[in-house]
Amino acid sequence: MEQILRNILDNDFFVYGIMGIVPLVWIVPYALFAIWLERKISAHMQDRLGPMRTGGWHGWSQTIADMLKLLQKEDIIPAAADKTLFNIAPYIIFVSAYAAYAVIPFSSGFIGADINVGIFYIIAVTSLAVVGILMGGWASNNKWSLLGAMRATAQIVSYEIPSVLAVLAVVMIAGTLSLQEINNLQTGWFWNWFVFQKFPFVFVAFIIYFVASLAEVNRVPFDIPEAESELVAGYVTEYSGMKFAMFMFAEFVNMFAVSAVAATLFFGGWNSPFGEFLSGPIWGVFWFLSKGMMLVSVQMWLRWTLPRLRVDQLMYVSWKVLTPWAFACVIAVGFWMML
Amino acid sequence: MMRKYFIDIYKTIWSILIGMRITFGHLFVPAVTIQYPDVKPKLPERARNRLYVNMDDCIGCLQCEMACPVNCIEIETVKSLPTDDLGTTSTGQKKKLWVTKFDIDIAKCCFCDLCVYPCPTECIKMTDVYEFSEFDRNNLLYNFVTLTKQEVETVKAKAAEFEKEQAAKKAAAAAQAKAAPVVAPAQQSPPAQPS
Amino acid sequence: MAEISEEIIKTSTGTTLRHEEMVINMGPQHPSTHGVLRLEVVVDGEIVIDVIPHIGYLHRCFEKHAESMTNYQQVVPYVDRMDYCAAMNMDFGYVLAVEKLLGIQVPERVEYIRVIMAELQRIASHLIAAGTYGLDIGAFTPFLYMFRERERILDLFEMTCGARLLYNYMWVGGVSHDLPPGFIDKAKDFCQYFRPKIKEYNDLLSYNEIFIKRTANVGILPKDVAISYGISGPVLRGSGVNFDLRRDDPYSIYHKFDWQPEIGKGEVGTVGDCWDRYMVRMREMEQSINIVEQALNQIPEGNIASAIPKRIRPNPGDVYVRTESARGELGFYVISDGSGKPYRIKARSPSFVNLSVIPEISRGGMIADLVAIAGSLDIVLGEVDR
Repeated sequence: MEQILRNILDNDFFVYGIMGIVPLVWIVPYALFAIWLERKISAHMQDRLGPMRTGGWHGWSQTIADMLKLLQKEDIIPAAADKTLFNIAPYIIFVSAYAAYAVIPFSSGFIGADINVGIFYIIAVTSLAVVGILMGGWASNNKWSLLGAMRATAQIVSYEIPSVLAVLAVVMIAGTLSLQEINNLQTGWFWNWFVFQKFPFVFVAFIIYFVASLAEVNRVPFDIPEAESELVAGYVTEYSGMKFAMFMFAEFVNMFAVSAVAATLFFGGWNSPFGEFLSGPIWGVFWFLSKGMMLVSVQMWLRWTLPRLRVDQLMYVSWKVLTPWAFACVIAVGFWMML
Repeated sequence: MMRKYFIDIYKTIWSILIGMRITFGHLFVPAVTIQYPDVKPKLPERARNRLYVNMDDCIGCLQCEMACPVNCIEIETVKSLPTDDLGTTSTGQKKKLWVTKFDIDIAKCCFCDLCVYPCPTECIKMTDVYEFSEFDRNNLLYNFVTLTKQEVETVKAKAAEFEKEQAAKKAAAAAQAKAAPVVAPAQQSPPAQPS
Repeated sequence: MAEISEEIIKTSTGTTLRHEEMVINMGPQHPSTHGVLRLEVVVDGEIVIDVIPHIGYLHRCFEKHAESMTNYQQVVPYVDRMDYCAAMNMDFGYVLAVEKLLGIQVPERVEYIRVIMAELQRIASHLIAAGTYGLDIGAFTPFLYMFRERERILDLFEMTCGARLLYNYMWVGGVSHDLPPGFIDKAKDFCQYFRPKIKEYNDLLSYNEIFIKRTANVGILPKDVAISYGISGPVLRGSGVNFDLRRDDPYSIYHKFDWQPEIGKGEVGTVGDCWDRYMVRMREMEQSINIVEQALNQIPEGNIASAIPKRIRPNPGDVYVRTESARGELGFYVISDGSGKPYRIKARSPSFVNLSVIPEISRGGMIADLVAIAGSLDIVLGEVDR
């Protein structure tokens, strides 16, 4: 018996399985909480109260109730839809969002896979979402969905470039693609964080990364793929029930993923801002998650402040503003390092 | 051209920051919404909501029915016998008609207040009751008549009988008149209401 | 129906691509057509080739209904429902028409009350217009701020006549209720409270660079096109035409107040673009506040019911009265045959006329521009379809 157990525990695939599930332990409560938080933040910014009834204190269980409702809903597949593609699209989007968590270092003691091309892997795997979006939009056989999917594809593909360039600035300073090592390089007080180094070039790079990541996760002011006042709901128009919930879930998972990357690259990841104070693997999780959540909150804050851009302006921002500035940052950082 | 490019970027960032400052400030402003079923707003005195008819005061003048632009009020009256005493309204008017039907289809009502003004006895008025949704639309047909069905029947029968008597009397009078050389166009008596 | 043209494009590599335009239905259930407007849009990718508006989803036979009423007063609740965002302005136009037909002079206090109500309603209506416009462009928050302010105006109305949306407040020859005690103070409070809020909206929305980018130089409606289409109201003024019926064909007592119409100046783009139309509304709210404040200070005492006729039975004849509603020139053409009910009522509704310009100014733009243009015209479908 002991032998069998030992065999199971020693089995690599078992370990991988466990490691694969651990991020879910954070993601599921996080998504439920973030949806509630978004509703609350938006409500209070608009002098409202938001959900107040479900669960007692400030409607804390509203999202759980919503999720239960969505689970029970009839799964409607439009008659003219391409059923296979229509069904798998939400899962592809979710998988692409979730796969990024494999290399995100939650603390000095936990990282799914400490591969030496971590950041490269994240960039590669998150752009898979395009496939899912295009699949969902095309398979819905709805003109609004199609328009939304086309917009999303154009948007996500073009915003990859400035975000990659911004990441490149950090990678040049760190000299490594491994996220864990990038974190190790930022240990100490908060002025060791990359965002404050080679000032202001890395800071600008952070802004560029943040803006581009907003576009990659389709948040305002770049939410044109699902612009509800133009395209009804874009590529999710025809989805209902649990599949719609998967899109929603993937969006929030993605929001945290890009925030986590930003926190890792620019804000020291799991490092405590105060040197040795409250540092260590356990506190690391706390610092990492709170940095991530801060950035998620800023995303929400922007969401409820700004109008949305138009398609051509979106391209303008990407190609004529973010990309040249990101190049400038990369070059400036390079020169600084040569000095 | 190049200058405009930089100005645009500067303006965009600056206006975004201004907007963010405003929305952030509002995070700490107390909400203006209320928790409706728990907390209810105080309605002003003149609030116009569900109609109410005080049947004790209704004299069956049909003014409100005529005033209604959507025909949601339906009234039927029956003449009372000279021997009946229906009492007086609170404004001191003598009631002369049995009101056998006073239905308001509140689902049709447009809450325009036009029926309230013509009422000579101020018996129809708008109240501050606004929670009266129903699952069945028929429940929105409000009957205000205080008479029971039987009473309505008897009143109607009595009226019909009285009407008949009157008609008979009139016929007799007409017959007498016919006998007389003076030719007067006999006035058609209104048909008795079906009971 | 627009023709769907199909053509074959030869690409540089010699392969052939099928190129096709797409017809897409915007509405009647679309979130940003402000009701039940249906726009049949022919698009080439994102570019709008042609727009054909289809109306009539909210047709309620207002004009026919008016003929079957038993008296003139009963028409007022129906008039309310034409433009449900600015019911007071609708009432105002109608009662003025019937009063002209009857030759009634209403007491001065009634005139003041009517102007106060109409201008407050104009503010409420413009708040909806600007708020939903922000919503069309994607900014959610200003919409709720503006509804919060509108709520205060509605509270004032509710206090006065008991209703919040469809008032039936203005009667032929008078108003249904006198101002309640405390109204004037509350209204003055509101004016003081509201002025700084306009600045906040301008900071949050009007001068937001993204908003400007979305609306400036979009849907430009030149002066001559606006005039030849018969456009009126803020849309016309947004095109730089200085024309406001309150000043140019004064009715009621508007000549007594010190104010001026706002026109679009093209500060951030071209004269007559969406931003100008939007901004004219924002500035008109300030002018309306001016008028309301002056009226509140000058309002005389008097009996509001002295001119209300017992029976409305005008002499045979017809009359056309036009007023400046929140959306433009609202005209009522009333024919009387001498009986107690109108023989015919025709309403010239500003939204209907303003809507007709949509195809002209949205060709060549993008779908997002179409939304911005439709929002900037500020149509109310109840009034378009009547």
